[in-house]
Amino acid sequence: MGDLINIFIKSAFIENLALSYFLGMCSYLAVSKTVKTAVGLGLAVIFVLAITMPINWMINTFLLGEGGIFQTDLTFLRFILFIAVIASMVQLVEMVVEKYSPSLYNSLGIFLPLITVNCAILGGSLFMVSKEYNFAEAVSFGLGGGFGWFLAIVAIAAIREKIKYSAVPPAMRGLGMAFLLTGLMGMAFMGLMGIDPAAF
Amino acid sequence: MADTAVVDKKQGIQFGKKERKLLTDPLNDNNPITVQVLGICSALAVTTGMKNAAVMAVAVVFVCLFANVFTSMLRNAIPKQVRMIVQLVIIATLVTVVELTLKAVAFESYKSLSVFIGLIITNCIVMGRLEAFAMGNRPYESALDGLGNGFGYGIILLIVAFFREFFGKGELFGAKILGASPEYMINTAESSWLGWYQGNNLMVLFPSAMFVIAVLIWAHRAWNPKLVDVS
Repeated sequence: MGDLINIFIKSAFIENLALSYFLGMCSYLAVSKTVKTAVGLGLAVIFVLAITMPINWMINTFLLGEGGIFQTDLTFLRFILFIAVIASMVQLVEMVVEKYSPSLYNSLGIFLPLITVNCAILGGSLFMVSKEYNFAEAVSFGLGGGFGWFLAIVAIAAIREKIKYSAVPPAMRGLGMAFLLTGLMGMAFMGLMGIDPAAF
Repeated sequence: MADTAVVDKKQGIQFGKKERKLLTDPLNDNNPITVQVLGICSALAVTTGMKNAAVMAVAVVFVCLFANVFTSMLRNAIPKQVRMIVQLVIIATLVTVVELTLKAVAFESYKSLSVFIGLIITNCIVMGRLEAFAMGNRPYESALDGLGNGFGYGIILLIVAFFREFFGKGELFGAKILGASPEYMINTAESSWLGWYQGNNLMVLFPSAMFVIAVLIWAHRAWNPKLVDVS
């Protein structure tokens, strides 16, 4: 159990998907203009990461691995299967949410299709493979990574809302400032690298 | 798909003004990274060295070009509802080809690029061009568009990598230009004129990529004022 909490904290803060691997940057920069939409996208990312990570783990272990049902090394199919799982899960989640919780759909709905091409999702699955996590660790990594990404996008959206009223050189307005801010936030998050999660 | 750009419907292959614009537009006015903000993730992660950036740029040009061509060939056969998945499968197949080729030919680069080769799949440039261009145009124009966007992306990648590697390690393509490499640490004649530069470690770390791109955007927009964000 302690291990799982370690992985959660590590993936949320120390190895933050957005701020230390810079994954999912496209939607991170595009959808962080207001806090409200940022919260919506952040929640959708947590949701999809937590669902696709275990599924991709099972596919990687039981279908593609040497010990899987085909008894051969099929890892070259990994990209195609992972992305297909992510795309279809996103579609499925969208339909289920639309059917059973229209209010959640109204706040998440438009962000769900964006998530298919959010590299944080595919990147999370690929990191999970390269770090050789077991099932429980993969679930914890998915939740932690999603939570960290959520924190990062909400934080930058809050800063961008404030900075709208500052005197920024015209050529730097909008996108340029967003990049600069993300760099500064990344430096701040680097300060967390010294923390040893085993101490918790 | 009402917003899909259709260049022209005339038959035959020619290289006129419109075709040239397809190639050069992504280099400046419509640059994938500094204007459209697509494909940032890989741009940040692989630019610690010129070599990695060059390999990545070639890989993205390849994927972008062929994904555009294949999607354009299949554009009338793809049902609208499942087009995302079809496009992703095309991209994923091409990326697998790139990954296996790199693994066989340049294992060193394959190792240092690790998951970022796989992340070309979710590189929004490729997806974005398929959706916005290849679904509505002939393979020839789509090929030009793919090439142009691949180059527009690659050029920014190389510029960012140049600054990061040069100031971070005093190297270009892994060759020592500035600073003391271990063999010069001993007091030799070379150490006096090569050894004065201390590598700036921050430039090698992730945040500096953000700063370099921010400055690039600043310079690009100051030079080309019509790109300034008015909102």
